[in-house]
Amino acid sequence: MNSEPDVPANHDENRRTFLKQSSLLTALALVPGPVVSAAAAKLDERVADAFEKIPLSLKVNGVKHKLSVEPRATLLDLLREQLHLTGTKKGCDYGQCGACTVHVDGQRVNACLSFAVMHDGQEITTIEGLADGDKLHPMQEAFVKHDGFQCGYCTPGQIMSAVACVREGHAGSEGEIREYMSGNICRCGAYANIVAAIQDVKQGGQKV
Amino acid sequence: MNQFQYVRPTKPQAAIDAVAKDANAKFIAGGTNLVDLMKRGVMTPQKLVDINRLPLAKIERQGNTLRLGALALNSAVANDAQVRERHPLLSLALNAGASPQLRNMATVGGNMLQRTRCTYFYDLSMPCNKRQPGTGCGALEGINRMHAIFGFSDKCIAVHPSDMSVALVALDATVLVSGPKGNRQLAFADFHRLPGDTPERDSNLEPGELITAVDVPDSPFTKHVHYQKVRERASYAFALLSVAAALDLDGNTIKAARLAMGGVAHKPWRLTAAEQVLVGKPATEDTFRQAATVAMQGAKAFKHNAYKLRLAPNTIVQALKTAAAV
Repeated sequence: MNSEPDVPANHDENRRTFLKQSSLLTALALVPGPVVSAAAAKLDERVADAFEKIPLSLKVNGVKHKLSVEPRATLLDLLREQLHLTGTKKGCDYGQCGACTVHVDGQRVNACLSFAVMHDGQEITTIEGLADGDKLHPMQEAFVKHDGFQCGYCTPGQIMSAVACVREGHAGSEGEIREYMSGNICRCGAYANIVAAIQDVKQGGQKV
Repeated sequence: MNQFQYVRPTKPQAAIDAVAKDANAKFIAGGTNLVDLMKRGVMTPQKLVDINRLPLAKIERQGNTLRLGALALNSAVANDAQVRERHPLLSLALNAGASPQLRNMATVGGNMLQRTRCTYFYDLSMPCNKRQPGTGCGALEGINRMHAIFGFSDKCIAVHPSDMSVALVALDATVLVSGPKGNRQLAFADFHRLPGDTPERDSNLEPGELITAVDVPDSPFTKHVHYQKVRERASYAFALLSVAAALDLDGNTIKAARLAMGGVAHKPWRLTAAEQVLVGKPATEDTFRQAATVAMQGAKAFKHNAYKLRLAPNTIVQALKTAAAV
């Protein structure tokens, strides 16, 4: 690690970089010589790339990306592993929990259940794209104010879903909010506070 | 997940050709079930033909029917003004299914073609004639609390999980299909199959055939309708069973009726005999109970799903009472 270890903003990134570097070195140390030279030639990889990878253009949180992805990469894995937008969480990975909720062309979807290549040309918004610089989105503020979480793992998905819930006009009553937030499971059981946060935003009439 | 080839045609014929020529190719639309099955290794297509760019997402009137494009999203259909006005039963059934996020992904055609949620189908360590013909049925002597009470065979006792399809079979919809041999239409009731000796086939689609639309004919069932879904939590769960009920009332007299059940058979289960019991009678609990009794003729339970033999008639009565506002 090269930079100051006590800078909080970089801490996480440094840890990741360190882990990547150290595991790469370990992997190389364990691989026999001929394989390393073959890998260095990268012939296999280039052949495989030509066969497997598909060009993909995406706009994520307002930033355009030209990517090349394996068809089997889900939108969730692309966001987390290639674009390093790790705010979107992998909960169940089977469309049962809602932790991976993002907006595609303004509509909330489960990022774990679609392949990234299917979204060519589309616009994705993740939890990282909600705030306006340092100013939190009203829904983020409301979740803080109402303590709409405990462990926080489901929270990015809850907030993305909550924003969509209000935009869709499905936040008219507690019952309606609970029904239209049912795709987001919170194992800590912060539901009452999540509902309060959404009602606060809805009643506050702020632009979401 | 296994590697696969990916193609994204823009014309229906190109999509049909791609799948018709390759036994290991599959269409993908919303992906809400197929991606799940591929992650688990239950389905392992070698090629995916992404049909999302085909022009099949419109919801439009065609004469006396409302044509739902096969790629219309479940949320788009549920919220469509014409659907809500003319076919509120369909809107109710759709909104009872899945979650808002999944309804924003799932399509009309994909909803019909979703596979069973039988846990033995999903569990690669268990026998399943639907997943791997000839291996047996794990559910027959296993944990079968979610399973069929009608129309099953000794090869398969799984149920079809769709809510939307229960409403569409009740509304006498028609499925429009394009394939290598041209276009054809199937009555919705003839689209899905009973398991018989070939539970690996869920529907009567032939290889390479693509659903292009579903036509829902105008009907008098615009007011007295209800979709009653019984599940183990208030929302976002598959049905233990469900009932689609639609009545056309003249005062308190039933002029026409439609009834169908979900979660009880390998296909959405239309209750034609029970409908006939209702016609001409007053809309009372007593009438509804008579219809429910007829509806249950031939039902048979397994070790863990006997509760459905009582739950089903009670849910039929409840759905009809709510539909009639009795």
